[in-house]
Amino acid sequence: MNKKALLKKKLLGTPYFIWSAIFILVPLGMVFYYGLTDRTGSFTLENVLAISTPEHAKALGIALLLSLIATLICLLLAYPLAMILCGQKNGRQSFIVLIFILPMWMNFLLRTLAWQTLLEKTGVINSILNFLHLPSLNIINTPYAIVLGMVYNFLPFMVLPIYNALSKIDGNVINAARDLGANPIQVFMKITLPLSIPGIISGITMVFIPALTTFVISKLLGGSKILLIGNVIEEEFTQASNWHLGSGLSIVLMLFIIVNMLLTAIFDKDGEGSFL
Amino acid sequence: MSKVLIDLKNISKSFDGQMVLDDLNLYIRENEFLTLLGPSGCGKTTTLRILGGFETPDKGCVIFDGKDITSLPPNKRQLNTVFQRYALFTHMTIAENIAFGLKIKNKSKTYIDDKIKYALKLVNLDGFERRMPDSLSGGQQQRIAIARAIVNEPKVLLLDEPLGALDLKLRQDMQYELIRLKNELGITFIYVTHDQEEALTMSDTIVVMNQGYIQQIGSPEKIYNEPENAFVADFIGDSNIISSTMIEDKLVEILGTRFPCVDTGFGKNKPVDVVIRPEDVILSRPGTGKIKGTVTHLIFKGVHYEMEVAAAGFEWLVHSTGMFPVGTEVDIDVDPFNIQIMNKPASEDEEAAGINE
Repeated sequence: MNKKALLKKKLLGTPYFIWSAIFILVPLGMVFYYGLTDRTGSFTLENVLAISTPEHAKALGIALLLSLIATLICLLLAYPLAMILCGQKNGRQSFIVLIFILPMWMNFLLRTLAWQTLLEKTGVINSILNFLHLPSLNIINTPYAIVLGMVYNFLPFMVLPIYNALSKIDGNVINAARDLGANPIQVFMKITLPLSIPGIISGITMVFIPALTTFVISKLLGGSKILLIGNVIEEEFTQASNWHLGSGLSIVLMLFIIVNMLLTAIFDKDGEGSFL
Repeated sequence: MSKVLIDLKNISKSFDGQMVLDDLNLYIRENEFLTLLGPSGCGKTTTLRILGGFETPDKGCVIFDGKDITSLPPNKRQLNTVFQRYALFTHMTIAENIAFGLKIKNKSKTYIDDKIKYALKLVNLDGFERRMPDSLSGGQQQRIAIARAIVNEPKVLLLDEPLGALDLKLRQDMQYELIRLKNELGITFIYVTHDQEEALTMSDTIVVMNQGYIQQIGSPEKIYNEPENAFVADFIGDSNIISSTMIEDKLVEILGTRFPCVDTGFGKNKPVDVVIRPEDVILSRPGTGKIKGTVTHLIFKGVHYEMEVAAAGFEWLVHSTGMFPVGTEVDIDVDPFNIQIMNKPASEDEEAAGINE
């Protein structure tokens, strides 16, 4: 291709480049500017290091713990489901995938609010339990409710990459393993599971990162008692109006995300998660 | 003749109401190179998958070495398969691929290491232990797939169009390689292909299949020289298939001209199909043969010339080392023993079923 044609092709990307400059690069630059300066505008690492104060460290710790638990539960739910999905015929397969994607078309906030209504002390679930003379469920405003919200909202992001990875495995590779004497458990442990690792890794990333950074789920389902690192950052921006501290903590959170993304890049070479 | 190792009895199989195999009977001898040959959808791969244990027949049974193995899962059968497109384990090294079956059987490490060395030497890929499958060419991957199967010392090796994905030259090399391997290992090979040349080159026995029925079983020579019906004649090599009349024993009328032949027992004045291979058609100067014709096409094919001759209302396909230019008047003759007489199928179904069974 000659230079002129190449330039023309690049020109087509201009709207996107302008968009990402304004809405990605500039805000990112601002986060770093605020995060690394104090109110007088001089350079400081104070805002970043503020993560080590007990209050912030605890919020980060809880966020890491809850999002890890949610990720693990998602993985345990998603893997068998993805396997079942792969075993179905094409028509039914796309129907089940549709059912899983359907909730994703609804607003995230709305879905979480719905769970709040469902879980409330006098909410739908408890009304039903009371009606059946069963003990009521008091999980609203507890870490359980937050994990439930995370799992509910992010499960499809775990199912789809694993499903992608599994459906790419050639049926004859499985047959070859059986042919060579492997029983179903050995086939799973030695062939299916190792070959689906790229999908697992990208599924973990796609659940773990939004779960780690969420503040809406913890706010709506955790009451105001349980603060995740996302809530702390949000409060610094909206209530304390301390953009410097909020940005500093965001940089710390970003480090966790970058590490996770690097891991994905190493393991998911086939881009199982690239469907989004 | 060696003893019968595998016996397929009355095997029927259908998928979604579509009959793929209908009452198939076939036995395979020990140390035989048997090829299932046919167009796609003829049931050859299904037959192989039933042997491998990947499909269960709707009816009938599979007898292996005197035991009924019809419902035995693949991991409990004493045979191994080489799949189309190799099916190597891409997350394992070549050595791990070959060791897979042996590790499952809990063989000792020294035994496995020896076997890997032996198998790699056998397929001419010494020193490939640490390579990954993705870094190998198609031909090399296929050899590894063969090595991975034979280290388990199966009594039978099933090969499902193993050379289908390779280019022509490599395919021919691998054909000789497979014959050598079979002779060195001394085991039974069951080979599935749609390539008639491959089948003729390698097999001891060819089973020609079409639409779920066996059309003919025989040695390559027999299948080629004495096809039992028009399907076999047409599928194996080029041929002139001409509707004719059997006047009496050893005399057939082809396109209005009587030819002496060698076949008997068809009855008198019976409609038959006649097969004449293109290389068996003798062209000569006008006045010296039996039917007059005109050359309409001429192509140089390397080994021979391919000509089409219009004679008595039929386009004769002729292969010959001698050449007649387009437009030349020629006479056609055929030696009696090169005329192969076949019964006419009464209907298409009967054609599929193979009427001479």
